[in-house]
Amino acid sequence: MIAFLLKRTANAAFVMLAVALLAFVIFRFFGDPVEMMVNEQATQADRMELRERLGLNDSFVTQYTRFVSNAAQGNFGISYRNQQDVMVLIKERFPATFELVLVATVISLVVGIPAGVITAVYRESRLANMLQLGSIVGVSLPSFVVGILLILAFSVSLGWLPAFGRGETMDIGWWSTGLLTPSGRAALVLPAISLSTFQVTLVMRLVRAEMLETLRADYVKFARARGVPARRVHWRHALRNCLMPVITLTGMQIGNLIAFALVTETVFQWPGMGMLFIQAVTFVDIPVMAAYLMIVSFIFVALNTCVDITYAWVDPRLRDDTARAGGRNG
Amino acid sequence: MSDIVLDVKNLRVEFPTRKGVLTAVNDISLQIRRGEILGMVGESGAGKSMTGMAILGLLEPPGRIAAGSIHLSGDRIDDLDDRAMQPVRGQRIGAIFQDPLTSLNPLFRVGDQLVETICLHTNLTKTQARERAKDLMREVGIPAVEERIDSYPHQFSGGMRQRIVIALALCAEPELIVADEPTTALDVSIQAQITALLKRLCRERGTAVMLVTHDMGVIAETADRVAVMYAGRLVEVGTVDEIVRRPKHPYTTGLMGSIPSLRKDVEELQMIPGSMPRLNDIPDGCAFNPRCTQAGARCRRDVPSIGAGPTGVACWLAQEGACA
Repeated sequence: MIAFLLKRTANAAFVMLAVALLAFVIFRFFGDPVEMMVNEQATQADRMELRERLGLNDSFVTQYTRFVSNAAQGNFGISYRNQQDVMVLIKERFPATFELVLVATVISLVVGIPAGVITAVYRESRLANMLQLGSIVGVSLPSFVVGILLILAFSVSLGWLPAFGRGETMDIGWWSTGLLTPSGRAALVLPAISLSTFQVTLVMRLVRAEMLETLRADYVKFARARGVPARRVHWRHALRNCLMPVITLTGMQIGNLIAFALVTETVFQWPGMGMLFIQAVTFVDIPVMAAYLMIVSFIFVALNTCVDITYAWVDPRLRDDTARAGGRNG
Repeated sequence: MSDIVLDVKNLRVEFPTRKGVLTAVNDISLQIRRGEILGMVGESGAGKSMTGMAILGLLEPPGRIAAGSIHLSGDRIDDLDDRAMQPVRGQRIGAIFQDPLTSLNPLFRVGDQLVETICLHTNLTKTQARERAKDLMREVGIPAVEERIDSYPHQFSGGMRQRIVIALALCAEPELIVADEPTTALDVSIQAQITALLKRLCRERGTAVMLVTHDMGVIAETADRVAVMYAGRLVEVGTVDEIVRRPKHPYTTGLMGSIPSLRKDVEELQMIPGSMPRLNDIPDGCAFNPRCTQAGARCRRDVPSIGAGPTGVACWLAQEGACA
């Protein structure tokens, strides 16, 4: 298991280095950082001096190494736009996005998995047909449309939930959470639902497809033959065998959700990283963009690695050490 | 008659399809007594497994029992719904399936699968059930039970897995075991072990066994009586000696002739010409008549009946000595 963990971590580190190269190249060669930082009155000598001070005259490799080691320490430089440390900006915004994504993921699993099982097991029932129909709507509607419709229904017409912002937040260390205050929770509902709509249907359809496959397996029939009640066979024996791809999907999609939360964040004026990125793009704020790229890919890679490790945990066959330890005799 | 464990009468299993109703099992009657092993033989698609599944109440929809009855020790079980059937499965009827590699859930420890089954059918606590699981594993011949009980199915070989499957079938001391090709997926050397094990355990307990297989060798070694199926019908029932040594039905004769033997010095194996008809294309009269060398006019007209006795043959020639 340790060898497996090391291998996975090394893979992840390699991918991160490649991403860092990309981020670095963008940062270094798209536009001249010096031009961005100095004002119009600066002399050529000033510029040269700044260039030297920023280390821009060093070799490519030296600069890249410096970028990577800085990035590894969480140092992405100063934002061009508001002259603040990029990491501080991200630290402020990250909790908002993370909580939004977390809640959306929980919704997608809690709703999607049972819906998938129901549509697979009770194929002909009215409930299953309704869920299937709903899933088509869920896949087809873009999340910003869902967001706007939700605002229209629950904020404008019914007035139950806030349409924008994060509500009150509480600070736990540097982490500002909206989960602990009533207004924070209320503010989270609509954006999380809107962000999760697509996920719910994705999870549901995946679980359904996997369940249909698994229900044909011999061990499902054999479980029935040894008198395990149908409900237990479906929700325990069969479902557990379906969870592998669901874990993959969820893991991958958390990355996607973080990346694409910016649409939802824009609709709901949610003060997360997505909003920060949109603002950075508008102002060509390259350090922020580079940091965003690095962080989002870090999350992607970290999640993928976790997914791989979770595989080994859920499916004993992938733990290479146990397979050897078991031995075989017949 | 109280020692009759399984009593199947005129069972008919149908599959309604778009092209019409297919009859997979047609008018089958058979009985198995306490401690008796009944071998069911026939080619693939003859309806052997389907009969087993019908007894277990596990026909895949749209398959259904269209006629007849199944009694288990006097209780009618074919008309029970799934919920009522669930305590019967596992508790009163054990099952062994063909492929031990796929019969066990790969994600659950074998011990957990045993404990689950034991707990479902008895009032034992988890700890007691675990002890019983160990006893069962020892009984089916698994070494180092204390270690192996927490292993996953993939850590066992095929033969060991089939032993676990047998242990699972025996969990609740059922009256009947339906063994659907229990040795087909195993190595030949393991087959004999598994067959002997199954036979011994059932003899000790007086469990009735329905042994579905297409392997005549297994039947000859294990079964007390044999039922031969062809195209959904029983064509011959008799003791294993009768069937092996003096088969009456031309199909059974052909089946016996096609078994390779190491002892007999036969140049060429006999084979039955042609193949079994598809279910939607069963000829009139005796289903075997197109392949039968002795078929007469009557064979193409009337379906021979096997009768209700413990032995019998569904063949005009064998019954009346002529089939013109």
